[in-house]
Amino acid sequence: MFDQLSDRLQETLSEVRSRGKLTEADVDRAMREIRLTLLEADVNFKVVKQFTSQVRDRCLGAGVLESLNPGQQVVKIVNDELATLLGGASRELAFAPSGPTVILMAGLHGSGKTTACAKLAKLLAKEGKRAALAACDTQRPAAVDQLVTVGERAGAKVYEQGTQRDPTELAEWALDQARANGDDALIVDTAGRLHVDEELMDELAGIRKRTQPHDILLVLDAMTGQDAVNVAEAFSERIEFDGVVMTKLDGDARGGAALSVKAVTGKPILYASVGEKLDQLERFHPQRMAGRILGMGDVLSLIEKAEEVSDRKQADDLERKIRRREFTLEDFLQQMRQVRRMGPLSGVLGMLPGMGPAMKQLRQVNMDDRELDRIEAIILSMTPRERSRPEVIDGSRRKRIARGSGTTVQAVNQLTKQFGQVRKLMAQLAKGKMPDPQQLMRGM
Amino acid sequence: MAVFSRLRQSLSASRQALQAELTASLFERLDSETWERLEEALILADVGARTTGEVVGKLEAEVAAGAVTDAAAARERLVELLAEAAASEDGGIDLSHSPSVLMIVGVNGTGKTTTIGKLAWHLRTEHGLSVIAAAADTYRAAAIEQLETWAERAGAELVRGSSGGDPGAVVFDAIDAAESRGADVVIADTAGRLHTHSNLMEELGKVWRVAGKRLEGAPHESLIVIDATTGQNGVRQAQAFSEAVNLTGVVLTKLDGTAKGGIALAITSELGLPVKMIGVGEGIDDLRPFDAHEFATALLGE
Repeated sequence: MFDQLSDRLQETLSEVRSRGKLTEADVDRAMREIRLTLLEADVNFKVVKQFTSQVRDRCLGAGVLESLNPGQQVVKIVNDELATLLGGASRELAFAPSGPTVILMAGLHGSGKTTACAKLAKLLAKEGKRAALAACDTQRPAAVDQLVTVGERAGAKVYEQGTQRDPTELAEWALDQARANGDDALIVDTAGRLHVDEELMDELAGIRKRTQPHDILLVLDAMTGQDAVNVAEAFSERIEFDGVVMTKLDGDARGGAALSVKAVTGKPILYASVGEKLDQLERFHPQRMAGRILGMGDVLSLIEKAEEVSDRKQADDLERKIRRREFTLEDFLQQMRQVRRMGPLSGVLGMLPGMGPAMKQLRQVNMDDRELDRIEAIILSMTPRERSRPEVIDGSRRKRIARGSGTTVQAVNQLTKQFGQVRKLMAQLAKGKMPDPQQLMRGM
Repeated sequence: MAVFSRLRQSLSASRQALQAELTASLFERLDSETWERLEEALILADVGARTTGEVVGKLEAEVAAGAVTDAAAARERLVELLAEAAASEDGGIDLSHSPSVLMIVGVNGTGKTTTIGKLAWHLRTEHGLSVIAAAADTYRAAAIEQLETWAERAGAELVRGSSGGDPGAVVFDAIDAAESRGADVVIADTAGRLHTHSNLMEELGKVWRVAGKRLEGAPHESLIVIDATTGQNGVRQAQAFSEAVNLTGVVLTKLDGTAKGGIALAITSELGLPVKMIGVGEGIDDLRPFDAHEFATALLGE
C-alpha cells in the first residue's frame, strides 16, 4: 500500500537515527525531506504545510534535543502525528436498531463504487448480516448489469428496475423491498458524479433524504491527487458523508489523498479496498497505516488475517514458536499454505515490518504460484527432522530432496538459505528490533 | 534567501547559480509571494514537485538574465513555458492505415470505454470513417454490454467474444472483420488493470503483440487513458504501461471537474509522451483535441 512514502521517510530518517544528536538544522532538513515526500505522495499542499510545522515544533521541543536517541524520537513523532492525522481510533459502521441498515455509496466516476458495494455486502455476510444491493446508477451504460453480476457473485440480492426509473424513486422502492424481505442491510449504489454538478449533487441529497441512511460512504480512489480535498469538501458539505472507502490500494499510489481527506473533513477512512476480488475489502486501521507508512510494518493486520484462516490455538502456537525461535520448515510450510489462501504474496509480505524498501526488490522477484508449488514440494521431500532442523541438511540429503521434489540442489539450497533469513527476521521481530531489510534481501 | 520558499530550495538544482546572478533590484519587482503563489498553483494542479521545480527554475533563470521584469510578465512567460513542456510534435491520431488499429489501455475507472464511444462517434461524424469497436475487456462484469451501448450510440460496429474469453482473440477477430468489411478504424477496449499486477501487464503485452501479428504495424496507436484527478501515480502508470506496450499517447479524461490534470504535464515532460485528446464530460461529443496553450493557461487557474 503506502509503500513509497514509508520507503522515503525511512531513508530520510535512517541517517538521523544513526547519529547521536539532533540540531535545529537537522530538523529543518528532515522536515524538508518529509514535505517533499508527502507532496510526492499526493498529500494536499496545505495539509503538508500544517503537518510539517506541527511535527517540527514537536521535534524542537525540549525532549528531542536533549535525549540520547533523538533520531528514534523523530520517527516516533512523525508516526504519532501521521496516526493522529489518519484518524486516531478506528470507527465502525452504524447499524439500525431495527429494520435494514441503509448504507449509501457515493463518489466520482470510476472510483470503484459498484465493486465496493458488492464487497461490502460480502463483508457484512461474514459478520452474519444479510445485505441486499440497490441499483440506483441508471446513468452509466450497463451499470445495472454490472451490479447484478457482482451482486450474484457476492451472494447478495439486487433490487433493480432497469434504467428508466428515477434514481430517488428507485432507492425508496428498494428500501421498501428490503424491509419487506427482512434484509439486515441495504447498500445503495449510485451513479458517479462530479462534486461540481449541481443537479446531480441535488439528486444525491434527495436520495439521502428519501432513504435516511445510517451510513453514507464516500468512495475515493487512492491515486487521487491534490483535488481530493475539493471533492471531499464538496461531498461533505452536500451529503455529510460519515466515512470513506479508499479503493485501488493494491496499486502503488502513495495514497496521500487519505491523509488530506481526513485532515480537511475530519471524516475517517473506514475501509480499504486492496484488490479486484470481492473478498478484498478490509477495515482501515489508522494507527497501523501510519506505522506502515513509516515502514514499521503492519504486523497486527497479518496476525488478524492469520486468525481468519486458522483457529486461535494455531495462531497462539505460532506466536510462541516465533518468540522462542522454534519456528521450523514444517511451520513455514503451514504458514505458506495459509498465506496462499490469504491472497497475493506481495500484499501479505508488505505487511512485515521493515519490508518497505525491500518490497521494491521483492516485487521484482515475483513469487507466483509455481514458485510456491516448488517450495512446497521441496519441504514435503524432507524428513520431519530435516524440517525442524534444516542445519542437518548436508550434500547428500540435498541431493535426495532435490530428486524427490523434482527440483535442483540449488533450489533446495536457496530455500534453506531463505528460510534462515526469514527465521532471523522473525527472531528480530520477537526481540522488538527493527529488522535490516538489506540483510534480509541478501539472502533472497 | 528569503525570496524563495524553503520547498524550492531543495528542488531547484540551479539554485546556487541563480543566487549569484540575481541582483537586489530584482527582488523588489518580483516578490517572494509571487514565486510562492506560482509554485503553489502548480503543485495544487498536480504538476508535481519535480516538474514544478524545473519549469519555475527555467523562469528564474530568465528573470536573472533580465528577460522578464515584472510579476505580470513572469506569469505570462510561465504559461508559455508550461505550454512548451506540454506540447509535442505528434499530437494527432494515426489514421493512415487500412484499417488503423487503436488500442486503449489504462488502470481501472479512468474512462476507457466512454472515451472509445466518444472517439468512434467523432471519427464517424467528423471524418466519415467506419469504426469497429473491439470488446477486448473480457474480464469486468458487464464491460461488453457497456461498450455495446456506446457502439450503438456512436454508430460503430461491435466485435465481441465471450465474457471471460481471450482478449487477444477479440482483437484478432476485430481486425479480421475490419479487413473483410472494409472498415477504416478498429478501436480496442481493454480491461482496466493496475500496473502493479505483473501478470495482467503481461497479458496486455500479449494482446498488443497479437494485433501486430495479425496486421503489421498494429496497433498504430496505443493510448493510455489517464484520469485528470490522478496525482503523481500517473507518471508511474504511464511508465509501467509503456513497458508493456508501445504507448503512443495519452488521453486525459474528466477535465470537467475541478482537477487541473497537471499530471499530464509531468507525463509529457518526464516521459516524452504526447497528450492527444482530452475528455470534458459524459456526453458523446465531449472529446477534444489537446491544446497545450489552453491547458497551460487553465493550469495556473484564476
